[in-house]
Amino acid sequence: MASRQFATFEVAGQLFGVEVHTVQEVLSYNEYTPVPLAPSAVGGLFNLRGQVIAAVDLRVQLGLARQAMSGPVMNVILRGDGEPVSLLVDKIGEVVDLEDETFEPPPDTLSGPTRELVVGTFKLDGRLMLALDVNQAVDTSRATI
Amino acid sequence: MEDLGEIVGEFLMESHENLDQIDRDLVSLEQEPDSRDLISRIFRAIHTIKGTSGFLAFTRLEKLAHAGESLLSRLRDGVQPVTPETITVLLATIDGVRNLLSSIEENNTEEGIDIDSTIERIHAQMNAPAAAAPAAAPAAAAPAQAEAAPAAEAETPVPLDETPKRPAPEPIAEQRQPLGQILVEAGAAQQTDVASALQQQIEGDERKLGTILLEEGKAAPAAVSEALQTQAPKRSIADSAIRVDVDLLDTLMNMVGELVLARNQLVRGVMEIGDATLVRSAQRLGMITSELQEGIMKTRMQPIEHIWSKLPRVVRDLSNSLGKQVQLVMEGKETELDRSLLEAVKDPLTHLVRNAVDHGIEDPDRRTAAGKNPEGTLTLRAYHEGGHVAVEVADDGAGLNVERIAQKAVENGLLRPEQIPSMDKRDIMAMVFQPGFSTAAKVTNVSGRGVGMDVVKTNIEQIGGAVSVDSTPGEGTVWRLTIPLTLAIIQALTVDCGDQRYVVPQVAVLELVFIDGNATKVEYASGAPVYRLRGKLLPLVRLDRALGFEVGGDQGVYVMVLQADGRRFGLVVDRVLNTEEVVVKALNTRLKDIGLYSGATILGDGKVGLILDVPALARRSHLAADSERENVVEKRGTGGGGTERLLVTAVGERRVAIPLDTVTRLEEFPRDRLEHAGSREVVQYRGQILPLVRLSHLLGAYGEELEGDTVSVVVYSEGGKSVALVVDRIVDIAENSTTARRDAEEDGLVGTAVIQQRVTELLDVRRAILAADPNFYSDAMDDMLVEA
Repeated sequence: MASRQFATFEVAGQLFGVEVHTVQEVLSYNEYTPVPLAPSAVGGLFNLRGQVIAAVDLRVQLGLARQAMSGPVMNVILRGDGEPVSLLVDKIGEVVDLEDETFEPPPDTLSGPTRELVVGTFKLDGRLMLALDVNQAVDTSRATI
Repeated sequence: MEDLGEIVGEFLMESHENLDQIDRDLVSLEQEPDSRDLISRIFRAIHTIKGTSGFLAFTRLEKLAHAGESLLSRLRDGVQPVTPETITVLLATIDGVRNLLSSIEENNTEEGIDIDSTIERIHAQMNAPAAAAPAAAPAAAAPAQAEAAPAAEAETPVPLDETPKRPAPEPIAEQRQPLGQILVEAGAAQQTDVASALQQQIEGDERKLGTILLEEGKAAPAAVSEALQTQAPKRSIADSAIRVDVDLLDTLMNMVGELVLARNQLVRGVMEIGDATLVRSAQRLGMITSELQEGIMKTRMQPIEHIWSKLPRVVRDLSNSLGKQVQLVMEGKETELDRSLLEAVKDPLTHLVRNAVDHGIEDPDRRTAAGKNPEGTLTLRAYHEGGHVAVEVADDGAGLNVERIAQKAVENGLLRPEQIPSMDKRDIMAMVFQPGFSTAAKVTNVSGRGVGMDVVKTNIEQIGGAVSVDSTPGEGTVWRLTIPLTLAIIQALTVDCGDQRYVVPQVAVLELVFIDGNATKVEYASGAPVYRLRGKLLPLVRLDRALGFEVGGDQGVYVMVLQADGRRFGLVVDRVLNTEEVVVKALNTRLKDIGLYSGATILGDGKVGLILDVPALARRSHLAADSERENVVEKRGTGGGGTERLLVTAVGERRVAIPLDTVTRLEEFPRDRLEHAGSREVVQYRGQILPLVRLSHLLGAYGEELEGDTVSVVVYSEGGKSVALVVDRIVDIAENSTTARRDAEEDGLVGTAVIQQRVTELLDVRRAILAADPNFYSDAMDDMLVEA
C-alpha cells in the first residue's frame, strides 16, 4: 500500500498538510515588508538568505482575518515554480507518513474558500488533516472575502 | 550528427562574428575603394566560411560563398573596379550567407533559402563590364540568364590556389633577448660593464646579471626593471583571452551581489559598535568587495561598438534608398556596457538611427537650399556620465517642429491647448514618446516623427534607463538614451514613507527639495498639490496617497523631482535617507502586476525594500489627475508689479476670469452632494451651508450641463460667510496686463480682456455673490437659510 509523506501545520486550530517534496524549508521570521496595494493575501516580503520571498497569508486564503504580523510568524516555504513562495501558518506540526487508504475526498459539508484549497482529508489518530492544493494555496489572485 | 553539433555551433558563432566584420569592411571599402587591405580581409573571411561550409557539407552555403569570393577576387586583382553596385551585391551576398546560417541554426537545414537570385546578381555584376574587360570568363555571359545555377557550378574561372589561408597565430613567445643586450641597446649600461659582469658570472658569481650591474652601480634600477619587462614574453591574444559561458558570469554576478549585501549589513553593524579595528577591517572588506564587483562587472562588459557595428550598413542602405547623403560619425565606440543591456539597447538604437536618416536629415536639395552641406551628418556618441552611459543619436537635420508636435498632442488629447503656452519646449518634444502620438503620426505621416518612439521609450525604461530628445530648428535633433551600467546593481535613493522604506532608482531623480512650509511649500490648485519649482508648477504625487496610506502633512517633507514618461513630477516622501547601490531582485510575478514596483532589494538592515516603478507611478498619478480634476497650470506669479492675477475658468464656451484675490479656495464637490434649499442650490461644507450660484445661469450661458461626478467651485469667503461660484472648469491662473480691455454692458460682467490670446470676460464678483446670497453683505443676517 502506497504511502505519502506530509508536512503538517496548523491554521486556526485546523491541521493542514502539504506533500513533503513541495516544501523547501520551514522557518520563523519576524520582519516582513508590507506590499501596499497588493492582494490582501500577501502578508509581506522577507529576506531569505538574500532572496526575496513573498509570504502568502494562509488565514486570508481560508477566508479568515489577516495574520497579525507583529512578532515572529512561521513560514512554510514552498519550492513553487521557479520562485519559492512562503505560506504563513500558526504552528508547525510534524511530518507524517500517511497511507493512501486513510485518504478521503473533502467532505461535502466543507464549503467556502477552504473547499477550493483542499484536495482531500486524511484521517489521523484523533484528528483530521486537510491536504492543501499547493498551487491554489499560494494563488493570491483568488477572490478572497 | 551529435558530434558535429559542437563543430557546427562553433562554426556558426565564428561565422557570425566574421560576417559582422565583413559588413563593416564592405561599407568602409565603399569609402576607400582602393584599399587592398580591406579587400584581402573580406576575401579571407569569406574564404574561411566557404572552406568550413564545404567541410561540413553545407553545399548551398558553399556555393553562395564561392560566388561571392569569385567577385571579390576580381576586385582584388583589379580586373573590375569597386563600385557602389558591387558593394550592394556583396552586401546582399552576406545577407544570404546570414540567412543560411540562421536557417542552419534554427532548423538544422539550409533548404528553403533562396540563393540563386543572389548568385545571379553576382554573375551579372561580374559580367556587366565583361564586354570591356578582357579577363572576363567567356562561358559566363551567355547562360547567365537562362541557367544561372548550373552555370555557377560549371564555371569556376577564378584561380584560388594563391588564396591566403587564415592568418597564422602569432608566435607565442619571441626568442628572448639577453638582458645585457637590451640594456646596452637602450643605452642604460656600458658594453664593457655588461661584459665584465658576464665575466664575473662565468667565474662563478651566482648573482644574476641585473643584480651584478645594480649592485656595482653600473645601471639604474628603473632601467633594469624595464629591461626585464621587455624581456618577458608577450602573451599572444589567443593566450590572453578565453571564452566564458555567460551563465557562469551571471552566477558570479549574483554571488557578488550577495557579497555587496553582506558587506552593507556588516558595515552598518560595525559602525554601530564603533570598534576602531573592526571599522578598519570592514572598510578593507568594503574596498575589496567594490573592486571585486567592478572586476566581475567588467567581465560582462562589451564595447558599444558591438551593436554599432551594424549601423553603418543600416545607414548606407537606408540613405541610398532615400536618395540622401549621410555620413556616419561614431564617437566613443569603446564605451562599455553590460552585455545584457547591449542586447536591450540594440533595437531602440537602430530605430533611432533609421528615424534620423529617414526623417531627421533632409534631402540634399533641401539641405543645399538651407545653406547646409548636402551631405548630412549623423553622429553616434557614447560616454560615461555619473554611473550611467549616455548614448546619443544626433543629426544635423531640420529639427523637430515643436508647434506641430504640440498641435498633434492636442489633437490626440494628450495635452490641452491651454497647457501649451506654459510648457517647456523639451516637455512638448517629449510628447513624441507617447504611444497615442506615434500611431497618429504614422497614419498621417505629416510630422513624420515619432513612429514607434513609444517602443523605444518602453524598451529603454524596461532596463531602467531614460530617453529624452532635444532639438534646435534648422540645426538638428539629439536623441539621448541614458542607460544604467548594469542591470543587477543600480544606484538608488532610499526614502521613507509611512513607517516603510522604499527605493527610487536614481536615474529618474533630477533633484530634491525640502519643504519647510515657509520658504518652500506645497500649494493646491483646485485640490491638486503642486510645487513652484523655479517658477514652473510641478505636479506633486504623494507617495503615501499613491500607496493607499493615510495622507500626512505638507511640512517637513521632501519633494523628489522625478522624470519619467517624458514628464516631470514631484514625489512627496517623508524623508530621503541616502544613496545606495542596491541589488535588484526579481519580484514575485503576481506582485509585479500591481504595477507600482519594478523589483525588490535587500536593504542594509537586511529587510526587503520595494523599488518603485517611477514611470508607472507617473502614469497612475497623471491618469488620476486627468479624471479627478483639472490640473491648473500656473504661470510664474511674481505678485505685485501692478498686474492683476486672475483665475481663468471655463463656463460653457466662454472664459470667465475672477480676480484671484477675491478667491478663498477652489473646491470640488461630488455632484450628488448638491442639495436644494428652496430655489437655491446649496452644499454642506465644513459644518456650514454653502449657497451656490452657477455662473452659467448668472451669465445666461445656458449650455449643456457638464457630465461628470463632480462640480468645480470657486469659494469666496468674507466675514465668516462663504458663497460658491460653480464653473465648468478651472482653466488657468493668468496675469492680466490690462491691455485690450473693454468695459462690458452685459449683466454680471465688468469687462472683457484678452488673456492668453483668448477673449475672457471679467466677472463682477460682487454681483455674482449677491446672486448667490442676497444678504451676503448685510451683517444682520446670520443664518443664510432663513432667506431661502
